[in-house]
Amino acid sequence: MKMSDKVPVRLTVNGTSREGRCEPRKLLVDFLREDLGLTGTHVGCEHGICGACTIMLNGEAARSCIMLAVQADGAEIVTIEGLAQAGQLHPLQEAFREHHGLQCGFCTPGMLMTALDFLHVHPDPTEAEIREGISAVLCRCTGYQGIVNAVKAAAPALNRSR
Amino acid sequence: MSSQRWVGQSVKRVEDSRLLTGRGTFIDDHPPVANLYQAAIVRSPHAHARILGYDVAAALAMEGVVGVITGDDVAKATKPFSVGVTAPVHYYCTATDRARFAGEPVAVVVARDRYLAEDAAEAVLVQYEPLPVVLDPERALDPDAPLLHEAVGSNLAGHRRLVYGDPDRAFAEADVVLAERFKFPKYGSTPIETYGIIARWEPLDGVLTVWSNFMGPFIMHPLTARVLGLPENRLRFIVPSDIGGSFGIKTSIYPYIALIGLSAMKTGVAVKWIEDRREHLLASSSGTDRIAYREVAARKDGTVLGMRFKWFDNVGGYIRSPEPGCSFRPSGNFVGPYRFQDLEVDASVVMTNKSLTGPNRGYACGHLYFETERMMDLLAEKLGLDPAEIRRRNLLQREQFPYRTPTGGLYDSGDYPAAFAKALEMAKYEELRREQTKRRAAGRYFGIGLALAVDPSVSNMGYVATALDPQFRAKPEYLPKSGAVDSATIKIDPLGRAIAILGTTPQGQGHQTIVTQIVADELGLRPEDITVVDEMDTFTRVWSISSGTYSSRFGSVGTSAVALAARKLKAKLIEYAAHLMDVHPDQVEFRDGAVRVKSGQGPSYSIKDLAGRAHWHTESLPQGMEPGLQATAVFGFTVSQAVDPEDRVNSSNTYGFIAEVMAVEVDPETAAIKILKYVTVHDAGTIINPMIAEGQIYGGALHGLGGALYEELRYDDHGQLLTGTFMDYLVPTASEAPVIEIAHVVSPSPLTLLGSKGLGESSSMTVPAVIANAVSDALAPLGVRISELPMTPTRLWELIQAARPKRKT
Ligand code: FES
Ligand code: FES
Repeated sequence: MKMSDKVPVRLTVNGTSREGRCEPRKLLVDFLREDLGLTGTHVGCEHGICGACTIMLNGEAARSCIMLAVQADGAEIVTIEGLAQAGQLHPLQEAFREHHGLQCGFCTPGMLMTALDFLHVHPDPTEAEIREGISAVLCRCTGYQGIVNAVKAAAPALNRSR
Repeated sequence: MSSQRWVGQSVKRVEDSRLLTGRGTFIDDHPPVANLYQAAIVRSPHAHARILGYDVAAALAMEGVVGVITGDDVAKATKPFSVGVTAPVHYYCTATDRARFAGEPVAVVVARDRYLAEDAAEAVLVQYEPLPVVLDPERALDPDAPLLHEAVGSNLAGHRRLVYGDPDRAFAEADVVLAERFKFPKYGSTPIETYGIIARWEPLDGVLTVWSNFMGPFIMHPLTARVLGLPENRLRFIVPSDIGGSFGIKTSIYPYIALIGLSAMKTGVAVKWIEDRREHLLASSSGTDRIAYREVAARKDGTVLGMRFKWFDNVGGYIRSPEPGCSFRPSGNFVGPYRFQDLEVDASVVMTNKSLTGPNRGYACGHLYFETERMMDLLAEKLGLDPAEIRRRNLLQREQFPYRTPTGGLYDSGDYPAAFAKALEMAKYEELRREQTKRRAAGRYFGIGLALAVDPSVSNMGYVATALDPQFRAKPEYLPKSGAVDSATIKIDPLGRAIAILGTTPQGQGHQTIVTQIVADELGLRPEDITVVDEMDTFTRVWSISSGTYSSRFGSVGTSAVALAARKLKAKLIEYAAHLMDVHPDQVEFRDGAVRVKSGQGPSYSIKDLAGRAHWHTESLPQGMEPGLQATAVFGFTVSQAVDPEDRVNSSNTYGFIAEVMAVEVDPETAAIKILKYVTVHDAGTIINPMIAEGQIYGGALHGLGGALYEELRYDDHGQLLTGTFMDYLVPTASEAPVIEIAHVVSPSPLTLLGSKGLGESSSMTVPAVIANAVSDALAPLGVRISELPMTPTRLWELIQAARPKRKT
């Protein structure tokens, strides 16, 4: 088998089953972006540090740049495109807008996914916990304050919708 | 007079909906043309090596490969870029004869996808003859140092000695003279989105179209056209409306535009290249590392009489435009907020085997104020004065504005003492000092730092010529440079809604939102009635070579262009309505989105009324009025003048002010620095959107903190980058980000239409100074003084250990 021979990958993305064929060496993030057209997930480092590529994989935040698409075969994935429902921003997205939790918006998809996962585990976090929780994602624009404020503000709303 | 309903409000951003839902339009997201091929760049593994030859046969034979472009092709098909100095530095978009830094591009492979392109890039064989390496800018000037550019004859790309006033007299008359050596690190603000370029060549039309996340200045467009041998109106730059951060760094993408453009021209396919993070850290751009020698002359009472600056700015393997801005960008504000008149600046711009430099948030001002503000503290210490008091004694006073600095800057407005007083008051400075006494008595290391800075915005292109000798500038064939303009077009549709079209390239600063606020106020519309288009396209936008979003331009010049266009349009609406009402235009006024007779009598015409009539029924226009409802404005500053024969130049157009206070505690065992308080007061004139303004300050402060404490592009002795991933190049995370107390003082600029000034770079230029002062103050009992950044825990720990009385082991 040649490196460029393709294999099938089937997964559920944002509630819809999707299928594609890609090289076994293809990164999950490239598969999402290039094969499935879901360009909301961004690539900032390709080595697992910046967190821009964070998605939800089987209910937990994961970095899609350090796993292969074939490893995600059969998985359930939520990307940034799946967060807003029925044309309504998710409360966390609302909070980011309200508290200026983004500037260029490039880290934002990964930041939202990370914060979402964090709030699931820490429904009532302190500011220090939030800072720790989102430190898995690098943002170079905001100085993080707007993001911290947004996550803090979103916590009660997320608890209500649980 | 327009009512200010929206300007001054924290209006939520219109950009956010798309960015929050993954629908942004970043360069890597939407292929603008079908059938894109991908490029992978082959880079020199050596920091300095002669290139003996290429063997691309194996790569060309690999699956999916359509072409390989080498340095030989580049040397044949392109010209070197113009550089900002007279030294004959031949800077091409790849290495040609030799590689001068590790990671310098030497070839490009174009293939069907990126994976295949990278496979083939590994098969490109380049034969090198390694050469000795030099990395330190002072060492590079030794006569026996390895020489990078034979044609130049030394590693000095440029040198200027600038003298303002009579510094020798100032030093002769001084009661006290202090000298200190400083080191400022090489760091880059590393936007999370890397460089990205797509190029398509139309051979029959001879048009090269390049999509990229270039941020301007568009002076780089004619530069690139010349390199590729294209007429300027056959080279099209398009910048999508979303750029994933830049902070100056994406100015320096243009050599890659030439390289990928050439690849498209050579291969005949549309070529895309997205830089990866390692490439970014290795070879994109950063600020310069600098070795500085500072001297200050003062009277016993603390009055500064004069200063001497001596700099060695390290621009890396070549000097890439707009360098040597690293030395001259702050020319007009070299003296900062202080009154002294006598200054000597001795600036050497040096080439070494490090990566190339360019604008990075705060461009050269972080360096400048780190040195000046450290000197102010050293002087205070020497004279036994409080650091706040010595600054007060030297600060420009309110009645001195507008103020012409000895170096040619024109500070347009300000009240520095008031802003400084506010910062001290917010920080409860006196209380902090008492707290310090208490903690010191308890053996703890608590320190307070101050930093003041003039925050320049909207670079005047004229400053770059400060790098050239006055004799050179006096030659008849020399074309002087000056200017800083921006443009905007506003059009009103037949239903009375507006579209504003900008030639800016925002990278997260919220231009769309700001423009809706301005146009809503000017035309009496609601922000939601205004659509803002901010993709840049050199074929369709009105632009000038200073266009772009850099040097904190938008808040000052961009907003003025928008307001000017709206006012032009408003004047037309008034004239038209008066004609419909059959009254003199003087008798009507524009209020709340409608034109009415001042007396309150008679009909009124809303914008919607007027727009409908003007578009559908041109016969109703007054005689001689041009049909259509649109206006384009190009706004420029008359204070943007060329550098004068005495090297004086108003290097920026509007000048804000920053006053900061920081309190820290240092743990002498671990060298950990804890920021206990950080207050920053800004005067950026009228604030259009406080939420966005604060966001800029938070972001700028964290860039300054990164450079002061963590970030450094470090090399080993062979010139290999040691910090090539985000694992080694440490960027502050949310846990390191301090809580910041922010306040504003408002001295409206008399030069801008809304009174606003830029503040995009903001605290990035003060934080290195304020934290170095705070840590030095904390460690004063040990005699530790910070003269070198970043203060990594290791570096600081070593300083503390060296200073501490030795304990018996
Ligand atoms: S792109 Fe995946 S962590 Fe940076
Ligand atoms: S908003 Fe730009 S990187 Fe976070």
